[in-house]
This record gives sequence, C-alpha cells and structure tokens, in this order.
Amino acid sequence: MAALRPGGRALRPPLCRAVADCGRRLGPERGAERGDAASSGVCSPGFCPPRKSCHDWIGPPDKYSNLRPVHFYVPENESPVEQKLRELRQETQEWNQQFWANQNLTFSKEKEEFIRSRLKTKGPGLKTDAGQKAALTADEMADFYKEFLRKNFRKHMYYNRDWYRRNFTITYFMGKVALERLWNKLAQKQAKRSG
Amino acid sequence: MAASPRSLSSRLLLTGRAGGCMWYLERRAVQAPPRKFMRLFRNASKEWITFQHFRFLKRLYVTQLHSSLNQQVKPKPEAVVSPFLENTSSVEAKAEMEAMRAHSPPGLTLPLKPRGEELVEVACASVVESPIDVGETTKEEKQWTEMKLRMDDLPGALARLSKIKLTALVVSTTAAGFALAPVPFHWPCFLLTSLGTGLASCAANSINQFFEVPFDSNMNRTKNRPLVRGQISPLLAVSFATCCAVPGVALLTWGVNPLTGALGVFNIFLYTCCYTPLKRISIANTWVGAVVGAIPPVMGWTAATGSLDVGALLLGGILYSWQFPHFNALSWGLREDYSRGGYCMMSVTHPGLCRRVALRHCLALIALSAAAPALDVTSWAFPAISLPINLYISYLAFRFYKDADRKSSRKLFFCSLWHLPLLLLLLLTCKRRRAGSPEAEAEAGPAS
Repeated sequence: MAALRPGGRALRPPLCRAVADCGRRLGPERGAERGDAASSGVCSPGFCPPRKSCHDWIGPPDKYSNLRPVHFYVPENESPVEQKLRELRQETQEWNQQFWANQNLTFSKEKEEFIRSRLKTKGPGLKTDAGQKAALTADEMADFYKEFLRKNFRKHMYYNRDWYRRNFTITYFMGKVALERLWNKLAQKQAKRSG
Repeated sequence: MAASPRSLSSRLLLTGRAGGCMWYLERRAVQAPPRKFMRLFRNASKEWITFQHFRFLKRLYVTQLHSSLNQQVKPKPEAVVSPFLENTSSVEAKAEMEAMRAHSPPGLTLPLKPRGEELVEVACASVVESPIDVGETTKEEKQWTEMKLRMDDLPGALARLSKIKLTALVVSTTAAGFALAPVPFHWPCFLLTSLGTGLASCAANSINQFFEVPFDSNMNRTKNRPLVRGQISPLLAVSFATCCAVPGVALLTWGVNPLTGALGVFNIFLYTCCYTPLKRISIANTWVGAVVGAIPPVMGWTAATGSLDVGALLLGGILYSWQFPHFNALSWGLREDYSRGGYCMMSVTHPGLCRRVALRHCLALIALSAAAPALDVTSWAFPAISLPINLYISYLAFRFYKDADRKSSRKLFFCSLWHLPLLLLLLLTCKRRRAGSPEAEAEAGPAS
C-alpha cells in the first residue's frame, strides 16, 4: 500500500527521464496504485533519483510510520532473482509502512481520547485540547499505556512473526543475488582471459 | 565563537553527533545576536561538560534536553522548527544510554532492556534533517541519500552496528572477572579473552539490530542506527556478525578454554534468540537480559581459572542484581514508547512489580557483597567499604518504590551508572590475596 501522505502537496518534480545512463527501466512505484498524479512510474512521490545513479535511494522517515522509504533501482538487465528480491523488498516496505502508520495514528488517536475522557471525569468545566495533555499525571497515562499494549498484543505477535519471516527471506535473497553477481563477474573474467 | 576546523573536526570525531550538535550550536551562535549567543554558549558549555563528565565515567550518554523529545506519533508540522534551541532553554536533561545486552548486562553503561539504545541525537537528527531556508520539495529531495556502501563510512557504521562502546564496557566487566579470579594474572590469556568476548559481543549486537529495524525506527533512542538509516544492508549486517562470531568463539574455545567458548556461544544465543524476540512477547525478557549481562564477568573468571566456581557465580550474581535497578529505573520514563512499539516491559504492564524488583535486587546487592568474603573472593573490608554505596542505591530504589515518579527513577538510574564501576573497583581492591602470590609477598614485605 502506498505511503499515507497528506494531500496538499501540489508541487511535484517534473516527469523523470525514462531512460537513464544505468539503463533504469520503468518500474512500479508505490504512488501508482493510488493514482498519484505525479508518479511517472519511476519516481517516489516527491523524489526522483539522479539520472546517473545505479543504487537504491533511502529517504527521510515518514511522518506517520517513522520508517524510511526506499526508492528501488531497477537495472535493465535485472535477473529473475534480483526482480524477486526487489519486489519482496517493495512489498515488505509497503506492508511495514501500513502497519506502523496505522499503529502510530491509532495510538495518537486513542491517547487523545483517553486524555479527553479522563479530563472530563476529573473536571467537567475543563476544556480539552492538545495543551491539556500535561494535566494528566504519568500514573494516569500508565493506565492507558498498559491497556494499549494489552489490546495490541495479538496484533504485534502476528506482526513479529511475519516480520521475522520477511526479514530472513529478504536477507536470503540478498545473499543469492550477491552470489549470482559474483558468479557472473567471475564468469566474465574467465571469458575475457580465454577470449 | 567561530570554531577552527581542527577543533571542529576533533569534536565531531570525539563526540560524534553530540559534537555535531556542538558544531551546530556554534554555527547558530555565530549567526545569532549577542544576547542569544551568550545563552547558547552557556547552554552549550553545560551540555559539553555533562557529556565530558559522562565520557570520563566511560559511559555513553547523549543528553536529551527535554523529555518532550519523544518519537513523534503525530505527523510533524510542515514548517520544521529545530527543537534544539527550544530544548536549550528547558531545564531537564534526559540521558540516554546505549543499551547493550549482547554479551553481558549493560555492563557499565546502560545495557537497558530496550536493548539497543544507541546514541540518541534527537536534536541533531532534526538539525540534519532540515536545512533552514529551502523550498519544501527540494528540502525533502535533499534528505534522500544514495544507498551506496561508502568505504569511508563503513568503519563508523560497523562500529555503531556492533555498539562498539557498549561492547567495550562489556569487555571491561569480563576483564574485571578475569582480574578477580584467584589465580596469577596471565596477560596472553587476558588479551585473548578480552578480544574473544569483544568479538562475540559485536556479533550479538549486530544480530540484535538486524532483527529490530522497524522497531528501532520508531524509538528516538535507536532511530539513527545504521540499518535503520540504510547505511548498510541486512546482508552485510549478518555477514559482519558471522565474521565476528566465528573468530570470537574460536578464540575463546581454542585460545582460552572450551568452557569460556561455550559460555560465549550460549550468551550470543541467549541475547539474539531469547532476549530479543522475548522483548515483544513477555516481561520475562528482563530476567533473561539480566542473565545475559551476568555472563561476561563469569566468562572472565572461567577464562582465568578454567572452572565455574562459586566466585564466578557470585560475580555473575552481582551483575545480575545490578541490572534491575538500572534497567527498571530507565524504563520508567519510556513507557509511552514501549507501549506504542509493542514492547512488553514491566514498567508498562506491571509497574508495581517493576519497582519492587528494583528494590529487591538493590538489597540483594548488599547480601551478595557480604557473601564475597565468605566465599573467599574478597577480604572482609569489602562489605564494609561497599556498604555506603549499596545502602545509597537501596535508598534510591526505596524512594523509587514509594514515589514511583520520573524524578526518583532518574535518580536511581544515574546512581546505577556510577555504582557498578565503583563496586567493581572496590572488589578489585579488596580482592583476597593468596599466600605465595606476588601481591601477598609484597604485602608481607621484608619481614618474611
């Protein structure tokens, strides 16, 4: 799922060059599914890698999920293993983004509600807004933290299990890709020597 | 207050991001009007002194100036105002420590249960992230970095990955265990033990960070770690961990003795495969982590003597008990982050237990200190000399138990930081001298 970005970012970089020196090819990006107008299929929303770059690019932490988005480089002669790795990383990134953005927003929302309701019971005359947060003591907030953790425990269990699995798989494929590239390099050198 | 390039670079080298903060302060100071400048300078000096003081104690702390510097849950406002200047005017300084549980308890620094704390440079991070007067889109574009492995950055990144300073503290607890063992001091063995333990600790820390990337991203303490920032890939992290673990364990097993090697492997396993996942499942992680912290000094002892005797267990017990006031006190102020991140910590789920356990183990420290001469590890001077500091930390733990507030938790936490090194030092000074040992003969003097 694409990053949850607020609307209003009217300015977007112009359409990126489709063909770069490194033979970058059009690849699906997060924004495309959401119908993000700026997405040319090559850029992440708000970012375009330089033409000459042959590497992935990592961005600042997302304001909702605190995770750093990665813009994946798609080489022209991408092997099936490399493609699989990239797609897996892309999908994991989106999955992580969705989970943590949702988690953080839920936390924030429930915290505000908790504070509001507690302050209401404490003093009906008090107006609640963001500034009133300080009125609840740490002990009172502790009740909320405990409850929130308990409520989300099962969700975290599933997330942990999936995250470990994905992390291992991605690392495994990274290893495969690294070996494949090494093998190709050695094969090329061999061919040069004999040729 | 123009910083010369050399002092600037030396500060950056010495203090990493804190140095970077200093640099930023200086830069701002140059631009700021005189009155602001003086305020900045005073605050900078204060922070500098605090940091230097901590460095003297060989602890890693980065002072965080205001407790409101929690990981932002709500979306940040578009116009970024650097929190750093706001924080300079705030009164409270919160110290963050590097958590290390890899091989031993947070050792001297702060192996915290949130294991994996690192240098916190929240203010600096926001400084780095927002250039001051650029258009919004370009600003964001500038924050994207190429994920290319730079050889220049690699040593620094690997050092952060392995939590090198925390590892150094773990190695010092191992060294203390080695020195306390009732055998003649053997330098080659000592060096091999230290190196092997250090490598094993690096490996365990790296695997820990490998597992915890999304969680680290969401906590202030840990959000600048190399894997989170994309400086290195997960594959590199795992490869590095393997390259540290294999020689480290081999060194301990064949260079020292198999018992120490086995303890090293066990500790790596305990930290990476038990403690790290358990953090998100059950509060039992704290006890497991305490064991992780207790093992390195035991390893030091077994490296020297070749056997696991009572003295080793006593030393392990002291480190084990120390973990609780240290960690429980620190975790008290992090309840929000733990709750949001899904970490099962006593401070969130069982706050009463959290404080009781801290107090209980402070009292246990008094008992263990009294047991030391009984087990022939130290002379009877040790319980007497260590009583004041043990009583003091117990008092602070009692206050924490009663008051259950941020102030008492911080006092207890900071006390634990100097309490352990001092206790180890006292242990070493009161070490029981064996007849025939060089120290005993020296004490006997010309009379014998």
